[in-house]
Amino acid sequence: MAKVQGAIVVDTDRCKGCEVCIPACPTEVIGLANEVNGKGYHYAYMANPDACIGCANCAIVCPDGVISVYKVKKVA
Amino acid sequence: MMDIKDIVKEENLVYTKTKLMTDNILSYCPGCGHGTAHRIVMEVIDELGLQSQTVGIAPVGCSVLAYDFMNIDMIQAAHGRAPAVATGVKRTMPDKYVFTYQGDGDLAAIGTAETIHVCNRGENITMIFINNGIYGMTGGQMAPTTLEGMKTSTSPYGRDLKSMGNPLKITELIAQLPGTYYVTRQAVHTPAAVRKTKKAVFKAFEVQKEKKGISFIEIVSNCNSGWKMSPVKSNEWMVEHMFPFYPMGDIKVDGELVKSNKAEVKS
Amino acid sequence: MGELKLMKGNEAIAEAAIRAGVDAYFGYPITPQSEVIEYLMAEQPEERTGMVVLQAESELAAINMVYGAAAAGKKVFTSSSSPGISLYQEGISYIAGAELPCVIANVVRGGPGLGTIQPSQADYFQSTKGGGHGDYKLYVLAPASVQEMADFIQLGFDIAYKYRNPVMIQSDGMIGQMMEKVELADQRPRWTDEEIKQMHDSWAAFGKGDHRERNIITSLDLDSAKQEKHNHHLQAKYRRMEEEEVLFEEINCEDAEYLIVAYGSSARISMKSIDLARAKGIKAGLFRPITLYPFPMKQLNAYVGKVKGILSVEMSAGQLIEDIKLAVECNVPVKHFGRYGGMIHSPEEVLTALENLIKGE
Repeated sequence: MAKVQGAIVVDTDRCKGCEVCIPACPTEVIGLANEVNGKGYHYAYMANPDACIGCANCAIVCPDGVISVYKVKKVA
Repeated sequence: MMDIKDIVKEENLVYTKTKLMTDNILSYCPGCGHGTAHRIVMEVIDELGLQSQTVGIAPVGCSVLAYDFMNIDMIQAAHGRAPAVATGVKRTMPDKYVFTYQGDGDLAAIGTAETIHVCNRGENITMIFINNGIYGMTGGQMAPTTLEGMKTSTSPYGRDLKSMGNPLKITELIAQLPGTYYVTRQAVHTPAAVRKTKKAVFKAFEVQKEKKGISFIEIVSNCNSGWKMSPVKSNEWMVEHMFPFYPMGDIKVDGELVKSNKAEVKS
Repeated sequence: MGELKLMKGNEAIAEAAIRAGVDAYFGYPITPQSEVIEYLMAEQPEERTGMVVLQAESELAAINMVYGAAAAGKKVFTSSSSPGISLYQEGISYIAGAELPCVIANVVRGGPGLGTIQPSQADYFQSTKGGGHGDYKLYVLAPASVQEMADFIQLGFDIAYKYRNPVMIQSDGMIGQMMEKVELADQRPRWTDEEIKQMHDSWAAFGKGDHRERNIITSLDLDSAKQEKHNHHLQAKYRRMEEEEVLFEEINCEDAEYLIVAYGSSARISMKSIDLARAKGIKAGLFRPITLYPFPMKQLNAYVGKVKGILSVEMSAGQLIEDIKLAVECNVPVKHFGRYGGMIHSPEEVLTALENLIKGE
């Protein structure tokens, strides 16, 4: 059981759906939405939010800097 | 399980885009390494508190609009001339931080003379060199760094070494010059690669602070549009094809060639 | 009175640059102006004023070093000669587009191509009509003496900063190489970083403080409507220069029936020619444009109806003559005379050409 829980917030208007974040995620949190944004891109979102550990790997490889990462230590 | 609303709070924020990147939407194709490289440089300048003391220079190429994205004083230079422009800035403001951000066509073809001589003079600047083996901005033409057999719009049957010349390892070349102090080759396709590159950029600005000469960081990157692949696929192709010819790692540290590279340069 | 010295034109312009408080000189040796960088290197202005002097690897690099230093708000000077100035053109176009102040001296030699190392005035079009790509103008000063080589440095920087525009001092191998008495201006201090910040914080790239948005030095705008607007702004600036910054000299023009129009070395030679002409009873005057751009259009047009003919004298196959014709709008007969390819005309040759003009030949 992970001691931390994380979450990401994707700036969906600016996401270009490049998917570079997807293989970067160690816990397979991210997927591409079925919907498209104003530019016509399927944007990244937390398909599996419970698995997020807030490691920020997705955010640091995101070329467009659209991912913000939050993390909390879980209370036992 | 905590509710996401309870996690997404200001006090729990661990990573977000640095304020030294503007809110303008990047002009790069989806998945292009330029955006990541931009952000790394801006994060380092932000974390070192150097915004007010740094001037960036981006010449012609995909990154010609870098000034739209980097929230620092910026100079757009003519194709290949960034090292000369940087020399003009640095010589007249030796205590400021100056970096160039150049592509392969710029740094290793049209600006080769400026590159060699700025390195040979050992100007105290930082050079960021994005090598994606292709001319992205003009639509995918052959670059000096295009690999043997690689197809581009001006080598549609693959680069033929006999008629088109060899891919140029400019980074190994400039590492031979006494004016270069720190020369490294990195990438930005994985979290580990990003962290290493960021460390290299930190070191480069440290070298500049100590006025020890050129720090030169080659970032081998993808050009999924030019290579005609999806972004993820292009990163895989890069690892498979670019990395064997342009190996990752330090080439010169503290003014000394790294041993493994000494051997390679000879062969 | 300032210090008097016997100097070459090339040395005088270099010394004047140090005394004007210039921050940097970047250049590449080329005959007949190599004495500029040689003098600067020997003088060690880094010791005298802190001025930086650097020999670049090429003219391409030199002009881009100028671009960089000027972008940082620094006072920067460079010099070259015709083939080198051709290499400068790319950089000059960027400098004009990005509206950076600087002073560039061209000690002109004969062309085209590698041409010769002897004096010429065949770069008139290149200096005054653009030279590089795009619609832009340089403010072009033409010295006719070693004294003016020195004086035009300060004048050049005054204009360069007033308009944020590159200034060209178009000299030639004769003025550059010849020695004359020159009165040098007193040393001006270089601007401090604080002064530069106060004067140029609105545009120069020396580091963004929290108090302002980032400054961007660029000539690029992919939005054509914005690029056109930028061009309108540049054109308005050039119109203002045309209204306010024209310089010229008139010698024996009051009662003149014939005018010689000449600048720089050709003007000096023609001064003797008008004396020879007057001795022969020809009422000749010399009109000398000091600014080649903006050209003294109105001032020369004032001679329409007063003079019977104009002789354009220049060491080229006929470039200045086009501006003269524009100025007088074909209301006065205008003929060209000049030796070129490195040859210098004699006062007597000019007089003969004037006499031929009078005879209607």
